[in-house]
Formats: sequence, structure tokens, C-alpha cells
Amino acid sequence: MRWRRCGEDAALLDCDSLDQMRAAHATVLAARPDGVTDLVPGARSLLVVGGLAAVRSLLEGADLTHPPAGDPREVTLDVHYDGEDLALVARDAGCSPDAVVELHTGAAYTVAFTGVAPGCGYLTGLPDSLCQPRLETPRTRVPAGAVGLAGEFTGVYPRESPGGWRLLGHTSTPLFDAHADPPALLAPGDRVRFRSIR
Amino acid sequence: MRSLEVVAPGPYALVEDLGRPGYAHLGVAPSGALDTVSLRLANRLVGNPEGSAGVEALLGGLSVRFTTSATVAVTGPSVSVDVDGRSFGSHTPVAVQAGQTLVVGTPGAGLRCYLAVSGGIAVEEALGSRSRDVLSGIGPAPLRPGDVLPLGPVRGVPAGADVVVPAAAPEDLVIPVTLGPRDDWLESPAEGLSAWWTATAESNRVGLRLDGTPLRRAAGFAEAELPSEGVVTGAIQVPPSGLPVVFLADHPTTGGYPVAAVVRAAALSALAQARPGTRVRFRLS
Repeated sequence: MRWRRCGEDAALLDCDSLDQMRAAHATVLAARPDGVTDLVPGARSLLVVGGLAAVRSLLEGADLTHPPAGDPREVTLDVHYDGEDLALVARDAGCSPDAVVELHTGAAYTVAFTGVAPGCGYLTGLPDSLCQPRLETPRTRVPAGAVGLAGEFTGVYPRESPGGWRLLGHTSTPLFDAHADPPALLAPGDRVRFRSIR
Repeated sequence: MRSLEVVAPGPYALVEDLGRPGYAHLGVAPSGALDTVSLRLANRLVGNPEGSAGVEALLGGLSVRFTTSATVAVTGPSVSVDVDGRSFGSHTPVAVQAGQTLVVGTPGAGLRCYLAVSGGIAVEEALGSRSRDVLSGIGPAPLRPGDVLPLGPVRGVPAGADVVVPAAAPEDLVIPVTLGPRDDWLESPAEGLSAWWTATAESNRVGLRLDGTPLRRAAGFAEAELPSEGVVTGAIQVPPSGLPVVFLADHPTTGGYPVAAVVRAAALSALAQARPGTRVRFRLS
């Protein structure tokens, strides 16, 4: 791990792996040192805004191989597996579309970090055969609620946007509502499962 | 209800306060007024708490009619301010009566004018703020003719006569930065950033886009892909083109290109007033 300066009151903790980042994130979240105003997980890093001295000393003394379990929320998302790329994903995984649905609904996921748009979570825990590259040509329009995968991540597009993820299906569950509490259905650390509905 | 009606919004007028920091982990930008120094000043002039919501009017041009008496002030760059045809000028509190119309002119330099009204603009909050975030679409929509904006109750006393300095909008800006977090990804980043860059017309509340001699990736990082990581306001991100973007209040909360340096918070208000064509260089501090 390595700290990198990021302006006057923030620093980026470079981690060796996603698991190490998650452990550092869980450790800081559990202790919530004074002065920390933002804690933003990335794919291999953790951005800490405010309270830097306290976070540094907390992590120096922490056993990151046994991070605090915390109290993760568990979210189940109902998905219509009717995505445009289901056949492509099945072909590359060497199985049938039904088997892709079984694989995707059978795994347990964790929200690693967010980005792109409010409420857009990057979920880890994809079965190996579903870790597939982005589309060579991104779509100019992906509808809100589209469920897709790319690289080691799966997730849901919270609103209509361009995008290059391979689409498995869609959910009608809202991912983000600025007037709801909490506003985002998915936050870093949350556990997620997908359930197939017809 | 105290309110004002938008007669004409000018080129682009938004309701902004000091934003909604603290939601970056959910993908929500801090947003808020780009030139916070000017919004705070406008609020002080009319007796509001500094963080009250006002109107951020790109290149002025804003015209509003009041349904109530109020104290108003326009800040940002120096600009003409008329009430029912009578000239008052910016950077001073002005008492308006119900039925009167205020017209903000076009500033000769700078970019963003701020209108504060006693009681503050009291539109509904989203995530604790009334700010419009242009990237995510959170907060009140850009103002249109006929919009009626509610005003809050008046609590404070307008500031008395004072000498108030308008926001400077020089043609050349020297901006203090701290190096990192990914300066090692770029070849001679300090030297490259200290050259003159030019603000382009593609700039907006998401980022100030710069043109100049492209920065180059350091040896060993030429083809490297950066895993998505959190970014802060003021981050100078360097995309594959080598032309930097300074992230402003409505920036994406994570990004996949290296950030060479971060602008000191006190200098962000000056960048908010940088018109296309303004020359910018960065100084390590």
C-alpha cells in the first residue's frame, strides 16, 4: 500500500488488490475517524478526504487480512434476463443462455465502488466464465435498469446513458432517487444478489 | 409567498448554493457555485447566511421580476445592474419593491455572475442542497422564462456600505497546485503544467478544458490503464490526448485517467471566471 497526495486535505491510498482496498475501506468505515468528509473506494484505491492523520494511524495499526465485517446491507434485484448480449455472453462462456442466467443469479456480489453516474455500482464476485471484455463498439444508448457485465464487474445502469457493457437483462428497480433515503440503492460494501423473473 | 419570476435567464442560469459534499461514494458530485467567493459575498451583502442559494448566471443577461420587496446584490465580475431602468451597478446591496424588474448586463470580462436575494432562493432541496448538478441532472432545472422561484424568510440585516472588490478576471492566470496523486505517470508534469495553457470553449461546470502542448506519459506508463479511482474537485486529469481537464464542482466522482496535480481550493473561484481564451499556467506550491 502507498499513500499519494491528492490536494490539500485528501490522499489516495494505492492498494495491491481490490480485496485490500475493501479491507481498508471497511476498517475506516467501522472506526469513522473525526474529520473524514468523503471516503471514495476505487478499483484499486481508496480516496480519503479529511481526517488524514487519523486514517493513516488507524490503517497502520490495522490487520487488513481480518477486516471488520461491518453490517452490510443485502439487496436482491429482480432481473428479466432478456438482454441483447445474452447469446454473446453464452457463446464466450461456452454454455447456454439459461446456464448464464444460472451462473449470474447463483453468485453473491459485493459493491466495490461507484462511478459514472449517481448510484452506479461496480459489483465484484462474477463467476470466472462471465468475466468478459467490454463490447468492441459501445452502444450510444443503454436504457436505465440495464443489467450488464464487463471485465471483473457486473452492475446496473441507473439511468439511460452510452455504455460498453455486455447486457444480460434489465431490472425495473430504481437505482437512484435524490429524494429517497438512502438515495442510492447500492453503496460500497453492500451485498447483492440477482433473481430471475419472467 | 415571497417569490421572484424569471423574465429572461440569459445564456444559462442555474440555482446554486455551496453544494452537497459527502456523497461522492454514491457517485454524486459536490456541485454548488463554481465561484464560491462571489456567492458568499453576494449573500453577505443582502444579509443571508453565506451558503444560501442564489442564481449563477453565465455571462449575465439575467432578468427577474419581484413579487415582494427584497434586498438583492449581484457579484462576480463587475457588471451593470438596473432596476426598472435605474442603474445601480454590481457589488452593492439594492432594495427592490414588489413589481420591479432587475436586469443584469453582460460582464466585460469573466464568466459567472451571482444574484443573491434576501431570504435566499427556497426551491426544494435534493440531498441537502439546492444546487443544479449539470452532469447528473440533480437539483433544479436550468432557469426558463416564466419560472417562479420561492424565496425564504428574511432573517439577517444587509451589510452596510462597504468597499467591495469585484472578482478579477485577468487574461492570464497563475494557479497554485500540489503535485500528484499520479504525477509519476507523466513525463515532467511540473514543467509541462507550468507552460501556458488556453481555456477552451468546451469548458463547463464539469471541467475547465485546456489546450496547449500535450503532456506525455512517462516511460513505462505509455500503455498503462489506470483502474477507476476517486477524484477531487480541482484535480487536473490528463486523458490520452495529453490535454488536461481541471475538474470543477460537477465533476465525475471517479475517473480512469491519471491526475497530475490538484488545484488549491482557494484558486478554484478564479478558474470559475476563466473565459475561453484565458491563458492559464500552474505553479507548484
